[in-house]
Amino acid sequence: MKAQIDKLLSVVADYFPMVVRKPAPRFVTERGNRVYGLVAEFTETPKVFHAAEHVRDAGYSKWDVHTPFPIHDIETAMGIKTTRLPLMAGGAAIAGVATGALLQWGTTAILFPQVVQGKPYDAWQAFLPITFELGILFTAFMCIFGMLALNGLPRFHHPLFSHARFCHASNDTFVIAIEAEDPNFDPVKTRELLEKIGGTHIALIEDEN
Amino acid sequence: MSSIHPDESMARRVAGFEPGAQPPPRRNKTVGGGKDDGTLIEDPGKRAPLVLGDRSFSEITDIVCGYAEAPMPRPWLVAFTIFSSVAALGTGMILYLLITGVGVWGLNNQVGWAWDITNFVFWIGIGHAGTLISAVLCLLKQNWRTAVNRSAEAMTIFAVVCAGIFPGIHVGRVWFAWYLAPVPNSNGVWPNFRSPLLWDVFAVSTYATVSVLFWYMGMIPDIATLRDRAKLRLHHNVSRPFALPMPIGNGLILPFAPRPDMIRAYIYGFMSLGWRFSSRHWHRYEKAYLMLAGIATPLVLSVHSIVSFDFATSILPGWHTTIFPPYFVAGAVFGGFAMVLLLMIPLRACLPNFSDILTLRHLENMSKILLLTGTMVGFAYSMEFFIAWYSGNVYELELFVNTRVRPDRAPYWWAYWTMISCNVISPQLFWFRRCRQNPMIIWMVALAVTVGMWFERFVIIVTSLHRAFLPGEWHMFFPTWVDILTFVGSCGIFMTLFLLFLKFLPVFALAEVKVVMPQSSPHEHH
Repeated sequence: MKAQIDKLLSVVADYFPMVVRKPAPRFVTERGNRVYGLVAEFTETPKVFHAAEHVRDAGYSKWDVHTPFPIHDIETAMGIKTTRLPLMAGGAAIAGVATGALLQWGTTAILFPQVVQGKPYDAWQAFLPITFELGILFTAFMCIFGMLALNGLPRFHHPLFSHARFCHASNDTFVIAIEAEDPNFDPVKTRELLEKIGGTHIALIEDEN
Repeated sequence: MSSIHPDESMARRVAGFEPGAQPPPRRNKTVGGGKDDGTLIEDPGKRAPLVLGDRSFSEITDIVCGYAEAPMPRPWLVAFTIFSSVAALGTGMILYLLITGVGVWGLNNQVGWAWDITNFVFWIGIGHAGTLISAVLCLLKQNWRTAVNRSAEAMTIFAVVCAGIFPGIHVGRVWFAWYLAPVPNSNGVWPNFRSPLLWDVFAVSTYATVSVLFWYMGMIPDIATLRDRAKLRLHHNVSRPFALPMPIGNGLILPFAPRPDMIRAYIYGFMSLGWRFSSRHWHRYEKAYLMLAGIATPLVLSVHSIVSFDFATSILPGWHTTIFPPYFVAGAVFGGFAMVLLLMIPLRACLPNFSDILTLRHLENMSKILLLTGTMVGFAYSMEFFIAWYSGNVYELELFVNTRVRPDRAPYWWAYWTMISCNVISPQLFWFRRCRQNPMIIWMVALAVTVGMWFERFVIIVTSLHRAFLPGEWHMFFPTWVDILTFVGSCGIFMTLFLLFLKFLPVFALAEVKVVMPQSSPHEHH
């Protein structure tokens, strides 16, 4: 529970630094900026896949692999747990179906019953198409907006964006980023690990906010 | 421009800095001197490559982003000028209709639905191929869909835009169109939820919303790529100045305007929502995409079924049939695939390196789908006819024989036979491999199918309405110039939107194309 509250607070701190202040950084640069973490670049898919396995086995938890396309099975290599998005979408589907049923049955049978085409007021068969469509609509909303919310998007500022070479991650470069917030992070040892697993262009990323 | 040393220009291109630069075209365009581009392998043990020319990831990025970054080429400007004028004409026709009334159309007492609803069903049907390609083929793990899914989804949105116009304006007094919304009017009366017309409102609006979301979600990473390229060019100071895009005087530089890359970085930056290609994000993104595909599939089937309920639940001969829902869905897929081919084959010929991603194999696959769905539609036509006879319903049989088929009795026989020859006969060419592999023939069949599918809806709507039960009610339908120009205008709106998409957004699903390339596999032994 406390971990979840801390996570929520850190999200709020990202968006509204005037409301919630982040805890003091573990590492700062000489200029006094918070250290975001270390990045290393890879150019081949199998190499970054194995590198991810090494980082996972070294016990890191706050790290990520930025890839131009979703690499098949990288979840296993990184040890990512399955998302709870399908559960949320299922809930949205039930909410949509309930809304559709209530909207039609409530208005046609209770709020303003009218004889139209000789059909009964509560002809449930005639309510099916709209109930179905609303179920689909709510699920679709949850799929995309739930996905964005779980990903913490939209977020237009991020320390990684200050690193010019990071722009290549959208083209053909794979970037492993290990955050300084990670309890295992150490500026020297983490750099050594990234070098050992074959990373190039290793760089320290500052949070310039 | 020419002052740049060739080596430097090369270095910039390799680094992806030159805006709109395309990598050199692939060598060995065809295999063995024939027409085969290397994808028409019939050996079941071999998989045809999905991307040709041994392209690297960065070359694919250059190809796809190049279309959105290059200065607008002259043919594009000419096409845009023509189609946007036609779109303006169509908008003028709609305005004329609104200020005058539906009397400007050729409707009469008997034929109360004519070109308006024909156009509506035509456009909404075209839209369905986009959802089918992205959703159904995604669920079936058909990797070749990556070549066309983005443009087909874009086509879906634009077709739904065109479709949405017609029911909106055909009600006559459009300021009462809000009666369709699920809110009570001033007397506390709610819309009739037991009516298929209201089901249609919900189906089409849900379909439009879900299609837009699906399309946009698929584009977020690719727009982020465009954003990053614009940022890199600004960072390295190799950005082009702002030049006026005009048919005459194209490329005139405006000295004080912001550079296009600055505008790109802002707009693409906003649209990509700060996507940073994180694997943790990709994981949820893929789950969401799969779920959207899973719900879009029943959605697309339900939407055209519900559209067919508008007709099937009435008692009019020619409309009152149970075969309508599956028949409409097959027809929609058929017409939509034809429209995809109609648009993509000229682009494949015009745009550089387009044929590396959209191969002959892809065209052949889509031809096979045209053949399959065309034959299904043909089966539905014959089944309708069979049931008209077998049911013993004299009105139904009378309608089919004497108002549709027989040239000596039926005034609309030419519409029926246009429909049969375009939709049932012309796709039969695709039984022959040579026809499936020739883009020119595919394009002509696609054109015939598009025409035929418009006539199918015309036949269903107008020929059924113009002769109902009593001969005293019989009345022919003649379109007015407003009818014709409104339809032409809707084609202009569609093409204008498609041209804008071509210029400003990623035409291929970049991330998905990269996934189907061999070097994307995380295992070395592949």
